[in-house]
Amino acid sequence: MTDSVLSVRDLVIEFATRRGPLRAIDGISFDIAKGEVLGVVGESGAGKSLTGTAVIGLVEPPGRIASGEIRLAGRRIDNLPRDEMRKVRGKQIGMIFQDPLTSLDPLMKIGDQLIETIRTHAAMTWAQARDRAVFLLEEVGIPAAAERLMAHPHEFSGGMRQRVVIALALAAGPDVVVADEPTTALDVSVQAQIIALLRRLTRDHGMAVMLITHDMGVIAQIADRVAVMYAGRIVEIGPVREVIGRPHHPYTAGLMGSIPSLRSDHARLRQIPGSMPRLDAIPQGCAFNPRCDRVLDRCRVERPQLASFDRTAAACFDPILGHDAEVRA
Amino acid sequence: MSSYLVRRLLEAILVMVVVAIVAFTLFRFVGDPVNQMVGQDIGIAERDRLRAELGLDDGLLVQCGRFIWNALHFDFGISYKFRAPVTDLIAARLPATLELSLAASIFAIAAGIPLGVHTGIHRDGALSRLIMAGSLIGVSLPTFLIGILLIYLFSVTLHWLPSYGRGEVVSLGFWQTGFLTGSGLRALILPAVTLGLFQLTLVMRLVRSEMLEVLRTDYIRFARARGLTDRAIHFRHALKNTLVPVVTIIGLQIGSIIAFSIITETVFQWPGMGLLFIQAVQNADIPIMAAYLLLTAVIFVTINLIVDLIYRAIDPRIRMSGRV
Repeated sequence: MTDSVLSVRDLVIEFATRRGPLRAIDGISFDIAKGEVLGVVGESGAGKSLTGTAVIGLVEPPGRIASGEIRLAGRRIDNLPRDEMRKVRGKQIGMIFQDPLTSLDPLMKIGDQLIETIRTHAAMTWAQARDRAVFLLEEVGIPAAAERLMAHPHEFSGGMRQRVVIALALAAGPDVVVADEPTTALDVSVQAQIIALLRRLTRDHGMAVMLITHDMGVIAQIADRVAVMYAGRIVEIGPVREVIGRPHHPYTAGLMGSIPSLRSDHARLRQIPGSMPRLDAIPQGCAFNPRCDRVLDRCRVERPQLASFDRTAAACFDPILGHDAEVRA
Repeated sequence: MSSYLVRRLLEAILVMVVVAIVAFTLFRFVGDPVNQMVGQDIGIAERDRLRAELGLDDGLLVQCGRFIWNALHFDFGISYKFRAPVTDLIAARLPATLELSLAASIFAIAAGIPLGVHTGIHRDGALSRLIMAGSLIGVSLPTFLIGILLIYLFSVTLHWLPSYGRGEVVSLGFWQTGFLTGSGLRALILPAVTLGLFQLTLVMRLVRSEMLEVLRTDYIRFARARGLTDRAIHFRHALKNTLVPVVTIIGLQIGSIIAFSIITETVFQWPGMGLLFIQAVQNADIPIMAAYLLLTAVIFVTINLIVDLIYRAIDPRIRMSGRV
C-alpha cells in the first residue's frame, strides 16, 4: 500500500515481569490509508487498546515495544526521542478515549483546554486560537460554541463531552486518529450521533482512523476495513463486508455468530466455548486452537500466518471457505 | 454565594457557642477558683465575700451567659497566677506565636509541595528515593528531639544561630514583630524549621500520593495524547487537581501549628502562647486555659472557612453544588 498514512509492521509489545517478558502484542501488521477507517475488534484483553496506545507512543513501563516499527507517512515514529514524539502526538496523531466523563480535566474550562492544545502545536496568538476553538466546537456540533468555551466539563452531558473530546483530539488537525471505544460509554441514541459525527469528520478531513471497539454494529456502520484481534495477534483482516459476510477464520465466524440480530430465527445466540487465554498461558501454535471446533493437529504446533483469500487475509490452516449458511445466520 | 457564606458563618457561630460552654465548664470542674486565688490563712467569711464578688454564687446559666458575654468583649477575666487581665497576657504573646506559625507554614508549604511534585513525577528516581527516605525521619522523630538536635548542631557546635528567645523585636502599636530585625529573623529560623518539619513531610507525602493518583487518570492520559508539554501536564493539570485534599490538610495543619506550638516554644523558650499555656496548666490558671481554648477554636473555625472558600475557587463543581 503506497498511500498508507499509518503503517504498522511486525509490532511486538512485551511487559517485563519477574518471570520474564510477557508478549501482549505478538507481531501484528496493518496499514491505514488516508480517509480510511480501520476497525479493530476483539474481546477484552486481545490487545486492541494497547496497539492504539503504541501508535500514539504512550506505552508505559513495564510495557515496551520490543520489535517492529510504526511509520507515519513514511517516517518512523516508534523510536523517536521523547520530545519529538510529544510533538507528533496531537499534531499528527489524535486520540479519542472511551469515557468522555473522565477524559477532560474537571477543573479547567473547555475553552482553555482547547486553546492550550491548539497553541501547543501551532504558533497562534491567544485570540486566533480562541477563534479556532469556537470553529472546532461548531464543527463537532456544539450549539452556542462561543459561550460554551467558558463552561467546565461537568456542565456538559456525556454525548456533548465526547464531542468536546473529539474537538480536542482534532484541535491540531491530525492525519491519523486513534479512537479507542469512542461510543462504548454513551447511550445508544447518542452513540449513533457520535458515529455519524466521526464519519463526517473522517470524510471532510481525509483522516485515517483506527477505530477500536468490540461493537460489530459500530464497525459495520463506519469502518471500511476491519482487523480481528485475538490474544495479541491479528487473525483476520479485510474489507468490512467481506469479513462480516464471509468470515474465513473460525474465531471471526464465532464472533459474528455471537451478535444478536433481529432477523435471526435462532432461539439462542451461539457462543464461543472457553475464554481467551491469559498472556502467560497462550498455547503453542494457533492461539485459538483450544476453543476452535475445526482444530487440526497442525494448529497445536505451528503458528498460522496471515494468508490471502480473495480480498481478505486470515491466519488459519483450515479456513472457512465458500458460503456457510450457519455463519450468515 | 452570599447565602452560602451566611450559612457557613451561622455554623461557625454555633461551633463557637459550644466551645464556649465547654470552656466555661472548666471553671466548674477544675477545682475551686477561690482556693486557687487565696492563701491558706484567709478565713471562710473572706472567701465567701470573694465568691460573691466574683459572681460564683449566681446560677449556672447566669454565670455561663456572663462568661460568653464577657468573652464577646474580649474579657476573659484575671489570670490567677499573673494577676493581670488574660486578654493582655494573650495579646502580648499572640504575635510571637503567629509569626512563628507563619514562618513554619511557609517553610512547610514552600518546600513540601515542590518535593511532593518531584517525588510524584519521578517516582523511581534516585533523588526521589533519597527524599522519601529522608522524609521518614521528619515523620518519625519527635519535635522536641529535632529541636534539641538543631540547637546542638547550629547553636552549640557551629554558633550560627541563637538557641532561645525571639531576638530583638520592633513594636508596631500592639504588635511586636521579630520580622524586621536581623536577630529576630535569625532567632526565628531554628524554631520555624523544628515546627514546620513534620508538616513539611506530611504535605510532601500527601502531594506525592495525590500526584501519583492524578497522573493515572484518563484526563492526564488524554493531555499526553494531545501532545501537551510535561510542564503543562504536571503543573497546570496534575498539580491543580491534587489541590483540594492538599488544601484541606494544609488548613488543618496550620491550625495545629498555631494551637499546638507548645513543644517547640518550650524547647526554644519562645515567648508565645504555647509557653503561656504550659505555665497556665502547671498553675491550674483556668481563665488562661479557657481563653486559649476559645482562641484555638476561633483559629480552626476561621481556617476551615477559608479552606472552604479556596475549594470553591479551585473546583467549579463545588461552586455548582453550592448554588443549588
